[in-house]
Amino acid sequence: MSGFPTNHKYIAFETIVIKEVRRFSRIWLQTLVPPAITIGLYFVIFGNLIGRRVGDMGGFQYMDFIVPGLIMMAVIQNSYSNVVSSFFSHKFQRSVEELLVAPVPNYIILSGFVVGGMARGLAVGAIVTLMSLFFTDLHIQNLLLTGSVILLTAMVFSLAGFINALFANSFDDISIIPTFVLTPLIYLGGVFYSAQLLPPFWQGVSALNPIFYMVNTFRYGILGVSDVNTVWAFLILVLFAVALYIGCILLLRRGTGLRS
Amino acid sequence: MTAAISIENLKKTYDNGHEALKGISLEVQPGDFFALLGPNGAGKSTTIGVIATLVKKTSGKVAVFGKDVDTHVFETKLDLGIVPQEVNFSQFERVRDIVMTQAGYYGLSRKLAAERAETYLRKLGLWDKRMMRSRTLSGGMKRRLMIARALVHEPRLLILDEPTAGVDIELRRSMWEFLTEINRAGTTIILTTHYLEEAEHLCRNIAIIDEGEIIENTSMKRLLSQLDSQVFILDLINELFELPNDTPDGVTLHKIDSHCIEVEVSGSRDLGELFSYLGDRGIQVTSMRNKTNRLEQLFLAKLRDE
Repeated sequence: MSGFPTNHKYIAFETIVIKEVRRFSRIWLQTLVPPAITIGLYFVIFGNLIGRRVGDMGGFQYMDFIVPGLIMMAVIQNSYSNVVSSFFSHKFQRSVEELLVAPVPNYIILSGFVVGGMARGLAVGAIVTLMSLFFTDLHIQNLLLTGSVILLTAMVFSLAGFINALFANSFDDISIIPTFVLTPLIYLGGVFYSAQLLPPFWQGVSALNPIFYMVNTFRYGILGVSDVNTVWAFLILVLFAVALYIGCILLLRRGTGLRS
Repeated sequence: MTAAISIENLKKTYDNGHEALKGISLEVQPGDFFALLGPNGAGKSTTIGVIATLVKKTSGKVAVFGKDVDTHVFETKLDLGIVPQEVNFSQFERVRDIVMTQAGYYGLSRKLAAERAETYLRKLGLWDKRMMRSRTLSGGMKRRLMIARALVHEPRLLILDEPTAGVDIELRRSMWEFLTEINRAGTTIILTTHYLEEAEHLCRNIAIIDEGEIIENTSMKRLLSQLDSQVFILDLINELFELPNDTPDGVTLHKIDSHCIEVEVSGSRDLGELFSYLGDRGIQVTSMRNKTNRLEQLFLAKLRDE
C-alpha cells in the first residue's frame, strides 16, 4: 500500500478549502447577506419588539437570552447548507470527478469540504454576533467553552451536510433535511425559550434533540446559564462529531453516491 | 518493458445487472498512441472509468506502469491524466482557476501550478480566455480546457475519451497535432473516438471492444492489411457515356453519373495499373477519394463478424 506525501496532502487540502471559501465569497449575496438579514429581523422582532413584553427568561432579559441561540442557529444552518449545496453541486456538474481521479485521500476531501462549511458557518456567525452588539452588550463568561462549542457545532453540521450531499440525487434531496428536520430541531432546541417553561413530558422530548444541547452549552459559555449539564452536552457534541466523521469516511470508502 | 497499462480479466457488472465488461485483458506499451474503439455501450467508458477509479470493478486487475491501482493509489493516480467524454468541470469557475485547482489536487505548489497552467492554456489556445467563466466557452474550448487540466500534472499516461466529439474539423486537426506532439515527447496516449479517420491518423495500435469483450487487439498496420479491397470514388474530367467492359482482374467499375465512377480494387492490385487502364480508354481522372474510411470498413466488418 503506498502512502501520500504530507506536503502533497496539505496542498490538496488547502486547494479544496480555498476553492470552497472562494465559492461562498463569490456569491456573498446568496450566502452571507440573507442569513444576516433573517437573524437581524429576529433581533428586531423577537428580541426587541416582542422581547420587551416577554420580560426575563432564565434570569436574563429576553434579548440577551436569545442572542446565543440565534448565533448558533446561523452557524448550524450555514455550515450545513454550505457543504450540502457545494458538494452536491460538484456531484451534479460532475466536477467531483476532478477530485476522485486525483491522488487525494478521502479524509482530505472530507476535511476540505468540512473546513469550507465551517468557514461559512463561522463567517455568518461572526456577522450575526456583530449585529447583536447593536441590541445588547455581549459578555462572554467562558471563552474556551464558547469557542470550542461553536467550532464543534460547525463541524458536526458540516459533516451532516456532507452525508446529505452524498445520498442526494436531486436538488429536492438537499432541501428536504434542512426544511423538515433541521429547522424544526433548531426551533425546538431552546433558541427562543428555556426548557424550564415546558411541561415535564416536553422537557423529556427536548432532551432527545441534539441541538438543544448545543444551544444550551453555547448559551452557558456566553451567559453562564444552561438547562442541561454542560459537561455531558459537550461530550455528546464530541461524540456526534466523531460518529459523523467515521460515517462520512466509510461512505466515501464505499463510494456511496460517487462511484458506480 | 513494464506496460503503461495492463488490464487482466477485468469484469464489471452494474447494480442493475448489466454486464458491461466480460473479462477484458489488454496491454498498452509506454510511448504508444493506442486506439480503443467500439460502438456505443461497448464498454469503452466503463474501462476508462475503472482505470480512473470512478467505476468500481467487479473483478480483475488494473496496473499503471506496473503498479496496481488498488494498492498503489497515489503513484498510479499521479501517472494518469483523464479527459472524460462529458464536460466535468464547474461551470462557474474561471478557466485558469479550474486548471490551477486541479494542479493543487495533484500537490503542485501555487508557483508551479501557475507556470503549468500558463504553459498548457497557451498550448491549447486558451490563455486569452483564462479569466472567463468556463460556462461561456464554446464546446471545442471546453474540450481543450479538459485536456489542459488533465496535463497540468504532466502524467505519463493520458487517456482521452472521445476528445474531439462535436469539435469542428479545423480544431480537430489542431488537437491532433497537439496530441501527436505530446506523444512524441513521451506521453503514452489511449484514445477512444467515433471518428475512425482520427484513430487511423493518430494511433499505432488498436483494440476493438464490443459488448464488453475485446474482439481485436493488434497494430493499426496489421489491421488495415486485412482489408480485402478498397472502394474509391473517381471524379472524371470528361463525360462518360459507357463503362468499358474489359476490366482487369480484381477491378470492378460502377457508374455513379456521367462524371463520376466507383472503383472497387482488390487489396493486391497496383493502383498505377488501374490509372493506365483508365487512361488508355480516355477516362481522365480529376480527383479520387476513398468511399468510406478504411478503418471504418474494417471496424464494421469486425462488428458484423461477432
